[in-house]
Amino acid sequence: MTKKDTAAADAPEAAAGEPLLKVTGLVKHFPINKGLLRRQVAAVKAVDGIDFDVRRGETLGVVGESGCGKSTMGRLITRLLEPTGGTVEFEGRDITHLGVAGMRPLRRDVQMIFQDPYGSLNPRHTVGTIVSAPFRLQGVEPEGGLKAEVQRLLSLVGLNPEHYNRYPHEFSGGQRQRIGIARALALKPKLVVADEPVSALDVSIQAQVVNLLDDLQEELGLTYVIIAHDLSVIRHVSDRIAVMYLGKIVELTDRTSLYESPMHPYTKALLSAVPVPDPRRRGAKSGRILLKGDVPSPISPPSGCRFHTRCWKATQICTVKEPPLASPVAGHQVACHHPENAPDQAPGDPALPGAADALAAVTP
Amino acid sequence: MTENPTAGSGGSAATTAGPAFVPEQAGPRSGAFLSVRDLKVHFPTDDGLVKSVDGLSFELERGKTLGIVGESGSGKSVTSLAIMGLHRTGNARSRPHISGEVVLDGEDLVKADADHVRTLRGRKMAMVFQDPLSAMHPYYTVGKQIVEAYLTHHDTDKKAARKRAVEMLDRVGIPEPHRRVDAYPHEFSGGMRQRAMIAMALVNNPELLIADEPTTALDVTVQAQILDLIRDLQREFGSAVIMITHDLGVVAEMADDILVMYGGRCVERGTAEKVFYEPRHPYTWGLLGSMPRIDREQTERLIPVKGSPPSLINIPSGCAFNPRCPYADVPEGGITRTRRPELTEDGSGHWSACHMAQEERTRIWTEEIAPKL
Repeated sequence: MTKKDTAAADAPEAAAGEPLLKVTGLVKHFPINKGLLRRQVAAVKAVDGIDFDVRRGETLGVVGESGCGKSTMGRLITRLLEPTGGTVEFEGRDITHLGVAGMRPLRRDVQMIFQDPYGSLNPRHTVGTIVSAPFRLQGVEPEGGLKAEVQRLLSLVGLNPEHYNRYPHEFSGGQRQRIGIARALALKPKLVVADEPVSALDVSIQAQVVNLLDDLQEELGLTYVIIAHDLSVIRHVSDRIAVMYLGKIVELTDRTSLYESPMHPYTKALLSAVPVPDPRRRGAKSGRILLKGDVPSPISPPSGCRFHTRCWKATQICTVKEPPLASPVAGHQVACHHPENAPDQAPGDPALPGAADALAAVTP
Repeated sequence: MTENPTAGSGGSAATTAGPAFVPEQAGPRSGAFLSVRDLKVHFPTDDGLVKSVDGLSFELERGKTLGIVGESGSGKSVTSLAIMGLHRTGNARSRPHISGEVVLDGEDLVKADADHVRTLRGRKMAMVFQDPLSAMHPYYTVGKQIVEAYLTHHDTDKKAARKRAVEMLDRVGIPEPHRRVDAYPHEFSGGMRQRAMIAMALVNNPELLIADEPTTALDVTVQAQILDLIRDLQREFGSAVIMITHDLGVVAEMADDILVMYGGRCVERGTAEKVFYEPRHPYTWGLLGSMPRIDREQTERLIPVKGSPPSLINIPSGCAFNPRCPYADVPEGGITRTRRPELTEDGSGHWSACHMAQEERTRIWTEEIAPKL
């Protein structure tokens, strides 16, 4: 994505690189109520204190397994959910607790693309109605009239503008996803949050949509936060990547560093688990790490480092002290006491008795 | 992977071949453990005939894995249901029309009656589905379901069957199998349910295991565990495996041979090595070009296939891929739009169905496509 970088550098504002969105200590707990009085007995700690910023013109990829809180994070920064704690700043303005009315003007600038191209479009509305909804809701009268603008948007995302009067069921999954993209781009947003934008699509269609997102970013100077579980897609689209595990960001860095020298053991395990589409590499699977078991429950996450229950490098300190998201190497943030490819943060700490078992799962 | 088109029409080898050839004909054919010939599965619907599978042939040996790749609607799953004989349900109006043959260990399953196929299912062949929550009965414990599968094919008592169920759960890596055997499917996590289903599928040591998108719903770390498990069990029991998936990474890792399906037909078939390194069909090129790579930095754009997969009611005439094929006009006289290309072999077990000359395709791949990937 070198061309993207140059496009961003050429941008007239010359504001590329400065944070468009800043998230500090963001927390979202979903209460679990029980009993006659619906007393809160526990909470699902979906997002539990994360800090990051999104720079103007970049694509921030967010990866993690199901239940790690990545979608909740997306809904928090678009303010579809009310954060339990922390702050979200958009262009320097605190939007953490803005109400529906307060958010409305901001909705022009922050838009979302959803995963399910079936569920996210109203089946009773025509494509024209769906794509023109943002204009009606915001009271914007586009130049040249609503219909002409909608048709322009449809052709922008590669749909036939004459299909204005068709209903969503008349389109294929890939085309429906394009409708969702046209709707998100209608008001020329600054930030687009895409939650699994291509995971419901077939491989060939997925590539069309990935390229479309890429072209639109270049053309319109968009900033993306792309949430996905597919590490190959994330590698392709992102400039920087955040890896989440159980409601925390465990590693945040640029694409090359993450894929070539991951620091967090979880990132390393995650990357090594992805099947490589190359039959010649099948025999030489050195360093594949098989994590045992499942992700622990976010209701009562493990103490200390949340990954210590599955980590082969875990030591005593990992069970008691939560590692902060620090930068042992400039520009590479990681939350680990014993990072890979970097100096150990707690050398000489006695290993946990169970940790060696996880190491045995590293297949030679 | 040999194909004998002349013997493809009749019931068994013995009836089609002349009497003098019986031993010779029966010999090589029973060599292939599973042989599917010209399989067609057509569903009658109000809108017309849906040709989900339209003339598919392949062979599979014991201990080998065949990866079937294709997009949604290409006929991959229908193929597996037809092999398993699971298409026979439903009323006569909606039941699919099946023709061709599926010869498993010398027995034609298409012609065999439903009761007989039922005795084979589970023991001789078993299936792992994509979604274990809907494939398992929510009302019975996991153990009971595995015990039932075992007792159907073994004349033994419940106690022994339960012991076997615990053993299988342990084998597929479920912690505390003694306790877990009495749990219900909803009490398991996604990865554990998939393991439990694999345990159920393997409880009778089936000789053929069909895994239909077994890891699509799972996270990568769990996917790696499940693929490892399938590989280990295959090594242990020597089963033949059909792995149906849309993920080229999974087939590259698992399959000995790969079959690429498009619009209900096979467009390319060969060893994994051949299909990945010398693909011969423009659709396969499209799949490889569409795939973002985890293993290298890609600065170029993806090369997607234009358009969308065809409707199976109205498959394009000629080559089904022609409306999406960038090379559709290379062969002269518009032949790609009028005549269906035959699946032909190049002499090394690599099959492809394309009107372009093989040399031309090799040139396009090595000069135009491969350098961009």
